[in-house]
Parts: sequence; structure tokens; C-alpha cells
Amino acid sequence: MKFLDHCPADATADLVYRACPMHLLEPMELIKDLEPGQVLEILTDYDGALEDIPAWCAKHGQEFMGISEDACGDCYKLYIKKQS
Amino acid sequence: MQRAYMDHAAATPVRPEVLEAMLPFFVERFGNPSAVYDLGSEIKAVMEEQRGQVARLIGARSDEIIFTSSGAEANNLAIKGLALATFLKRGKHLIVSAIEHHSVLNSARFLEKFFDFEVTFLPVDRYGRVDPERLKQALTPATVMVSIGHGSNEIGTVQAIPDLVAVCRAAGVPFHTDAVATVGQAPVDVNELGVDLLTISGPALGAPKGIGALYFRNKLRLVPQLNGGIQENGRRGGTENIPGIVGLGRAAELAWQELDEKAVYLAKLRDLLIAGVRKNMPEVLFTGHPEKRLPGHASFCFEGIEGEALIFLLSSQGIYANTGSACASKALKTSPVLGAIGVKPEVAQGSLVFTLSRANREEEVHHVLKHLPPAVEKLRSFSPVWRKKMAAGAGA
Repeated sequence: MKFLDHCPADATADLVYRACPMHLLEPMELIKDLEPGQVLEILTDYDGALEDIPAWCAKHGQEFMGISEDACGDCYKLYIKKQS
Repeated sequence: MQRAYMDHAAATPVRPEVLEAMLPFFVERFGNPSAVYDLGSEIKAVMEEQRGQVARLIGARSDEIIFTSSGAEANNLAIKGLALATFLKRGKHLIVSAIEHHSVLNSARFLEKFFDFEVTFLPVDRYGRVDPERLKQALTPATVMVSIGHGSNEIGTVQAIPDLVAVCRAAGVPFHTDAVATVGQAPVDVNELGVDLLTISGPALGAPKGIGALYFRNKLRLVPQLNGGIQENGRRGGTENIPGIVGLGRAAELAWQELDEKAVYLAKLRDLLIAGVRKNMPEVLFTGHPEKRLPGHASFCFEGIEGEALIFLLSSQGIYANTGSACASKALKTSPVLGAIGVKPEVAQGSLVFTLSRANREEEVHHVLKHLPPAVEKLRSFSPVWRKKMAAGAGA
């Protein structure tokens, strides 16, 4: 797992406290609206997302950039760069 | 016998147009909106259309509406959901007014009991209004939210929500209002009010019991109070009550079309009722604000009698009203709302509340004005409290 200090994003999906599998469903929709090269930030408190999101990226040809921890420590931030 | 049903805050009939819209969704169009096949996706589309109707009624966006099972559930989700989502960052203090519905008061007490929150129960003035200055003084850096109801179903008073919101905005504290009594009765716009969360009840609009909604300003995080799956975008579990949602959507659509006219009509009946009672009946206490009140709401206290006895007597004349607080009434306790506005217990016992709807007619108001004075007089003739007061008055 690659850890990032800071990563500017073009869009954010805030999934904190929202039930599984929203951490997959909402990013799947949001990424459709991005241009190739743009970055989607995913905020989640669901531990399973740490496995699910990289796996989803690998399966769907998207680049999983890495993860950073929120300053308040109440969620993870995961980053995906949209491919073509 | 002439009938005058004026307890619409307790229960109101489902509107025929609403029932008609709902019926296909019990048998023919039964699909689960989460299903991926067409029987599901078409129901999902219907559900989102209804969400749009509810959103339009209050000036919100569709994605800011969560369907719930009731106004009480929406209040629980707003208060517990937001407080639990926020306390790690802000602290464990929340503020509610002393005259809130039990679903607000007891959600606050739940947080106090099980999560060590500190709750401030703000006092109100003699009309039941919260003073923005007192609210400002009650805010602390640890305050996670404020919840103050828009209109009181017990005394009819409508709060100056924009003034209260302004105080909270300045401090960065989210504001929730329970608008069960106002949405559908008077124009309500979340942007004009400035609120971050707002509670709606279906039955208040002519939808069936078992459906409600919570407006939450986009970006607010809420901890679900019904854990489940992806329903309501992962914020409220449980397969959606589609017939109820369709009913609420249709009721919201009708309310949107009729609202201004309805508020004027209800206010006219209300004023006729209040003026008639005040003119013909001595020793009546009119409760709530004289002007800033719900258009279809009239509330009184008759000293020296029990409200329940009065309700019983009036029902024999086909008149249906309420004492205002079902819980307090059944336990024969004095209403906390009337206590909070400074009504003495011996006066508060004789509480009588009329809540009107568009189905009520002027002749029904005259029916009430004809039968209410002799009913009060009869009960007072049996009342030792009243006799004692009269004797003291005569001797003075």
C-alpha cells in the first residue's frame, strides 16, 4: 500500500458512516464524470475499503494512487486516477 | 349529528388522491428498488421522482432528502446521527428547547445517558419562543448541534428560526428543526430558514402513517440509526416503503399546489374560532403566540376543569379535539410545554387544542362555539377548585 502525504483531487466521494458497499457504488458513478488523468478522492471509515478499492481499480483498469489518513483520524482517504 | 373533527395533528385522513397514487404499488408494481432488473429499476425511478416532489416543497435538492418511517425517526436520525458523527471533532454538548416533541427530547436524553453528552434545555418565553440571545449564551465550543422545533403542535407558536439559525451560523453549529407541524400547513423553505436539517411527517400532509422524511444539507455526515445496506444511499437501512413514499410524494405535490390558499383558509377558520371563544367565555387562557402561530391551530386552557373530561363531553356532541400532549394526558400529568410557558398546573389541567384541516368548514366552528361554553360551564359546576375560586372572588 502506497501512503501519500497530500494529494489534490478533482472530486470527492464522502462515504464516512455510510453502509457497505457504498464505498464502491458511489465512486463507480462519480468516476464516470471525470476526464482521464483527473483524481477522485474517497473518504471512508470502512476498513474493507482498503482492500476493495485497489482490487476494484485493478479489475476496471483504473490507477489506485494510494492512501492517506485524515488529520482527525476518523476516516481514510483513498485516491484513484482515472484512466481512459 | 353535526360533526367537527379538529384533531388533525393527532391523525388526519389519507387524501383520496394520495391513496389512488399508492394503490398500484402494493400489488402490481411491487419491485424492490435495489434490484438490478427492470422491475426494480423502474421502482427506483418512481422513488427518486417522489424524492424530488418532497424536495421541491421545501426548496431542497433531491439528494438532500432521506425517507424515514415517521417524523419521530427523522428526529432521531437528525439528532443522534449528527451528534455521533460530530462529537469526535467538536465535543459532547447539544442544545434543544424545553418544548420539543418527545422524539427530540428523548433523543437528547439518550445521548446524555449513554454517551455522556451534556444537554442544555433552553427555556422559552410566555408565548413559547426561544430568545436568540439566550441561545447565543448557551453555545459552547463543544456544541455539536442545536434542535429547535419550527411550530408547536401543542401551543401553535412558530419560532423565529432564521434569527436562531443566524446565531448558530456565526458559531459554525448545525441547526435542526422539527417542522412536522408546519410543512404542508404553511410555506417552508429550507434556504429561507437557513436550517441544516429539517423533519417532515407524512400524515401531516395527508399521506399515510408510517412515512416521514429528513432534509439534511448536503455534505453533512450522519451516523445511520437503522443499520443496513445501500438503501437511502447507505444512510438508512431497510427495504424502502414504496407505497408510503409514493403517498408522501403525491401529498407533497398537492401541498405545493395548494399551500398559499390553504394557509389563508386555515387562518380564517382559526381566527373565527379564537375570537368566538374569547368573546363568549370568561376565564379562558389563550396559549401560544397571538400572531406568530400555525394557521390551523387554536389552543386554550380553561381553569378549574380537567381537559380530558372536556374532550369526553365535547365528543358526545361530535366535537373532536385534544388536550395537546397525548403522553402527559394519558399519565394525568401537567404538560411540560404548558409548564415551560409558565401556565399554573391548576390552569394547565384544562388544556384544549384544536388543529384544523382544509376539510373543516365554518359551520363546524359555529358548532364548536355553540357547544363549548355549556360544556365548560357544566364541568366547572362540578369542580371544587372552581367553586373555591368563585367563592373567594365573591368574598373579595
